[in-house]
Amino acid sequence: MAKRKTPGLNTSSMADISFLLLTFFLMTSSINTDMGIARKLPPPLPENFEKPEVHERNIFVVKVNSKDGLLFNKEYGDIRDLRARAKEFLSNPNDDPNLPEKNEIEIDGLGKYRVSKGVISLQNDRGTSYDMYFRVQNELAAAINEMRDELSTDKFHKKYSDLNENQKTAIEKAIPVSISEAEPKNVGGKK
Amino acid sequence: MARFTGKKAKETPGLNMGSMSDIIFMLLFFFMVITTMRESSLFVQISAPKGTEVVKLEKKSLVSYINIGIPMKDYQAKYGKEPRIQLNDAIADVADISRFVETERSARQEADRPFLTMAIKADKTATMGLVSDIKQELRKAGSFKIFYNASKGSAID
Repeated sequence: MAKRKTPGLNTSSMADISFLLLTFFLMTSSINTDMGIARKLPPPLPENFEKPEVHERNIFVVKVNSKDGLLFNKEYGDIRDLRARAKEFLSNPNDDPNLPEKNEIEIDGLGKYRVSKGVISLQNDRGTSYDMYFRVQNELAAAINEMRDELSTDKFHKKYSDLNENQKTAIEKAIPVSISEAEPKNVGGKK
Repeated sequence: MARFTGKKAKETPGLNMGSMSDIIFMLLFFFMVITTMRESSLFVQISAPKGTEVVKLEKKSLVSYINIGIPMKDYQAKYGKEPRIQLNDAIADVADISRFVETERSARQEADRPFLTMAIKADKTATMGLVSDIKQELRKAGSFKIFYNASKGSAID
């Protein structure tokens, strides 16, 4: 018998099938990018812990009550002002005696830099909404990021996010994330 | 010149579709690889707060999620209408956090354990009481790296 030639498969529908699969995966896939703010919790306090003496000028107290109202130091405040207030407090550009002291240290890659001793103390009530808390955190983060950007444009002529690792560490040393969270209080009476 | 004119009118040749499927397959594999199927379904409703300073969460394999929110409608009969915590695929209490941290830690390589991050995915309406309790538990459990999940947007309305 003569050898028969196998007829070629019609592969034109292959593309259709793979298109179908493609659309399925296109629809179901969600490139989920988790965004947010990273923070570090302090380790638990030892039993015999004594409160360190801190000058009043070195502390900026931000309180959030159970009705999401804000208190800066001892006056009512608005979240819109928080960023500017935090920046002013942390940078203390004119060496105001009411604003934090500065400590001159030597930083690799930056030289001598006067690091602020200021600490932002964030206190919230158990009834504070997570939304408000996050917005406060966001504004404080914004203040620090703006200051870091300013310093890095000044020293390296680049934005903070474009710096290399060593430069970033230097900037982080110069402008640390000095936010301290107090143990939450229960004034609003909510669970 | 007569040599060239003698032919009949030109027909456009059909395109060869043979390689089309290859291209589509390539795309298909790309999407198959990047797709992440959700490991556990959510029992709680979460609408994350918005912030301008949000950054991307790096190293997904070193992240464990703590979901906080009001249980979804179908589960409200079982779990109530108050914000609850969901760890992996079960509703849990604050007291379960330390055990959760322990199991998550032991699931990772020893060298990676100190870098384990707890991502707090909380609903806007959740109160800080619950979130603070969780934070205290995490401190006790020795897991200090946390991450507040949020979406990008203006924080001030």
